Amino acid sequence: MSATIATERMVRVRPLRRLLVRPETGAVVGSIAVWIFFAIIGVAQNNGFVSLRGTSSWLSVSAEYVILAVPVALLMIGGEFDLSVGGMIAAAGMIIAILSTQFGLNIWLAIIAAFIFAVLVGMLNGYLVMRTGLPSFIVTLGTAYILFGVTSGVTSAVTGLTVVSGVDQAAGYSSAHAIFATALGGGQQFPIEIIWALALVALATWLLLGTSFGNWIFGVGGDANAARNIGVPVTRVKILLFIGTAVCACLLATIQVVTFTTADVLRGTNQEFVAIVAAVVGGVLLTGGYGSAIGAMFGALAFGIVQQGIVFAGVNAEWYRAVIGLILLLAVMLNSYVRKLAMEARR
Amino acid sequence: MSTQTAPLIEVQHVSKYFGSVIALKDISISVNASEVMCLLGDNGAGKSTLIKILSGVHQPSEGRYLFEGKEMHFSSPRDALSVGIATVYQDLAMIPLMGISRNFFLGSEPTQGWGPFRRFNVKFADQVTREELGKMGIQVREMTQPVGTLSGGERQSVAIARAVYFGAKVLILDEPTAALGVKEAGVVLRYIAQARSRGLGVIFITHNPHHAYPIGDHFTILNRGSSYGTFAKSEISREELTGMMAGGEALEELSHELAEFARTDEKAAATLADAAREFEAVAGELHVEQLPPKFVDAEHQHEQLPSVDGEGKR
Repeated sequence: MSATIATERMVRVRPLRRLLVRPETGAVVGSIAVWIFFAIIGVAQNNGFVSLRGTSSWLSVSAEYVILAVPVALLMIGGEFDLSVGGMIAAAGMIIAILSTQFGLNIWLAIIAAFIFAVLVGMLNGYLVMRTGLPSFIVTLGTAYILFGVTSGVTSAVTGLTVVSGVDQAAGYSSAHAIFATALGGGQQFPIEIIWALALVALATWLLLGTSFGNWIFGVGGDANAARNIGVPVTRVKILLFIGTAVCACLLATIQVVTFTTADVLRGTNQEFVAIVAAVVGGVLLTGGYGSAIGAMFGALAFGIVQQGIVFAGVNAEWYRAVIGLILLLAVMLNSYVRKLAMEARR
Repeated sequence: MSTQTAPLIEVQHVSKYFGSVIALKDISISVNASEVMCLLGDNGAGKSTLIKILSGVHQPSEGRYLFEGKEMHFSSPRDALSVGIATVYQDLAMIPLMGISRNFFLGSEPTQGWGPFRRFNVKFADQVTREELGKMGIQVREMTQPVGTLSGGERQSVAIARAVYFGAKVLILDEPTAALGVKEAGVVLRYIAQARSRGLGVIFITHNPHHAYPIGDHFTILNRGSSYGTFAKSEISREELTGMMAGGEALEELSHELAEFARTDEKAAATLADAAREFEAVAGELHVEQLPPKFVDAEHQHEQLPSVDGEGKR
């Protein structure tokens, strides 16, 4: 009997199949496909999509989505959702803008305050979810509304406006600009946020695949009960992941405020869905326990390419939502098929 | 077995009440090292309550719990695990989408490096997992293969291997063969035997006497919260064991008995074939018709009568 089992086990998994069952394969293929699609239109129309300027444009949009999508992907692999990242962007941006313009704080202090606030929001989200046992979908929807509401309320109470500008007048702005908003690559203006995004992907990939914590993320997302039985600190892992999404939303808010020198109470609206869509397109399983940071990066890339590609093609920009929706549906179907392959990989 | 030294794990006269419900009444069992204790009982007999006491989930309402001769008061499964009492639950053992070695070391990952650069030593994890599974006779090429691709029996076996590797002295197996096919169950039973030969005390919970009998050294039969007693293998036959289980399982008993008859027939056929070569073809035809389908298949594959040695023992 053991002989038959051994031979059955020894069947070599074909390389193509091994490639197919990686979580990010769909997103890599998808983002290349949409790039080729818009590149053909771009060349035909000579609209500049394939130029350095066009590339810089979709890269910088994508980079912002990557900064949101990667921590959300980690959280989703850990089995939870965070719908409050949009509200976090609005709140963190406003904290930086109000503290540095209305209260005359050094912008670095304002940024630090925003990050501390983000850590607290992440802890609150995680604590509420773990303590109540309610779905994180609902809990973070609640905190999202609270964040947007309080941000709007406080902003109009303090400034009487919904947009706060003049951040570039704050002390320490030039050094903050160098870190968060400078452009690289000479005249072609590749914003530094691309570097931030790549660094984040590298960090998240290392965390997921190279550390014990990463193993725990897969464990708590795959089966929180089994993970707890075996000694994984489930609550701690999930709270840290919620802190991660809030902190990255704060990082994006910082980049945006320093780049635009303004903060808007509506900035960040719907960004939580962008992050989730990018993660899902990138092969992250909605029920947790499966996915990759690199997949989320390619999901965000597909998102950015479609959004900017449509702008360059001269079509009404609102059409991009329809395309994204279509890609999302295709990606979910492809991913569920790929996962079925993964689970029968021995044959 | 020997009673001179203190048993590895022992409960004396334990009872468990949930409100006014008597879940367990005056149960005493003990398990020595290198011994398999089978805990049998029909659904509702109190097996789950007893293993929850043994694994530290519940505390007994009355009675004493001794581990290596010392009285224990566990307040959680972690406490029990820390002294070496590992419980493998039927469906909570593994995370299906994770790779085998990642599952194996989940929660106890080997690391290398220091401080913030400390990393999960994947190579070491793969190597140890491969070795440990090898000791249990499972050959797996890819340690990254999701556990969900393994069969139910192999999954149980990986969980058992993991418990053994992380220093379990007592292994509590909650119905490890319940959802498995005949062949699969055989695989798990073999790993239980291996764990025993490596010096572990095993408590094997099942409601199937045909899985318990070949592997058990002692048998405790629970019925409606109390014990029918504990029997050494020499004191009890498979039929008596089956008979002591609830009568409601008559159908299952019947089907197993039928399988036994078929096997006896097969053995007779083999003897006949050896003895009288000239009648071999005739005898073969005759018994092919009487045998259940799986033996007919084997018959066609080998174009001769199958050897019954291995089958007969199982």
